[in-house]
Amino acid sequence: MFAPGAVVRVKDAWPEAAGPAQIRTPYYVRGAVGEVVRHLGDFPNPEDLAFGRPAERRPLYHVRLRKAVLWAEPLADDEVLVEIFGHWLEPGKSPEPGE
Amino acid sequence: MNILETDGERLLTAVRSLLEQKGIVSPLEVRERIEATDKASPGQGARMIARAWTDPAYRALMLNDGTKAAEAMEIPMRGMPPLGVLENTAEVHNLVVCTLCSCYPRAVLGYPPFWYKSAAFRARAIRDPRELLASEWKTIVPDNVKLRVVDSTADYRWMVLPMRPAGTEGWDAARLAGIVREGDMIGVTLPVI
Repeated sequence: MFAPGAVVRVKDAWPEAAGPAQIRTPYYVRGAVGEVVRHLGDFPNPEDLAFGRPAERRPLYHVRLRKAVLWAEPLADDEVLVEIFGHWLEPGKSPEPGE
Repeated sequence: MNILETDGERLLTAVRSLLEQKGIVSPLEVRERIEATDKASPGQGARMIARAWTDPAYRALMLNDGTKAAEAMEIPMRGMPPLGVLENTAEVHNLVVCTLCSCYPRAVLGYPPFWYKSAAFRARAIRDPRELLASEWKTIVPDNVKLRVVDSTADYRWMVLPMRPAGTEGWDAARLAGIVREGDMIGVTLPVI
């Protein structure tokens, strides 16, 4: 479980390259470092649900990503708030100031 | 052609009776869901927003648990995805999009506007939201206000609580509800009087 404020990295994984997949992690956040806002609850894993397989309940988090982490942005404080399942997150490292 | 005897209608009847025979859903549950879907419209969300503007305890409930806040207004939420509400302030403006498909807080806003599902809206909302809001809706988010794009990617649905516009002092909730549009509740527009 990740606590609010935890620095996390969205896994840079591409399971769809290996075969049919239903994934709720958008391309643009993969590999990006952000921060957990809160745990939203536990929900059946959509990656199994979509194929009629038994779907384990997995923690879902609201994760904040600074827009400047994703794209060159003139307004660095703008952000994206996105729902990401726990199995897509790993502990991350805050970027150095000015990085 | 008799539209009550089309292949689609026969298929629907067959599926509904199978769902009933297999005990998956009851006819009552199907009727309840059809009624809830028909009743859902931006007017429901507007009633919630207007009450939040006039009732601080309700506002707190709404920001903590949107589903309970909807149920408190007798909006049916059973079987619907959980609802979250994000507040616009002088520091932050929220814009809701679903970049993966078309997730939308239907229980409280009804069917999404046609453009909400378009690839153009979804791509521009995440990549260049300030330009999108300014060019399509003349909604200018000042540079000193943080723009937060809420990408609705999974099991929650998100609605925006806009700021109450100036000039509405003394208005009651019914009058306030009349100025809240669907775009205000996903952050593409701001309420105006």
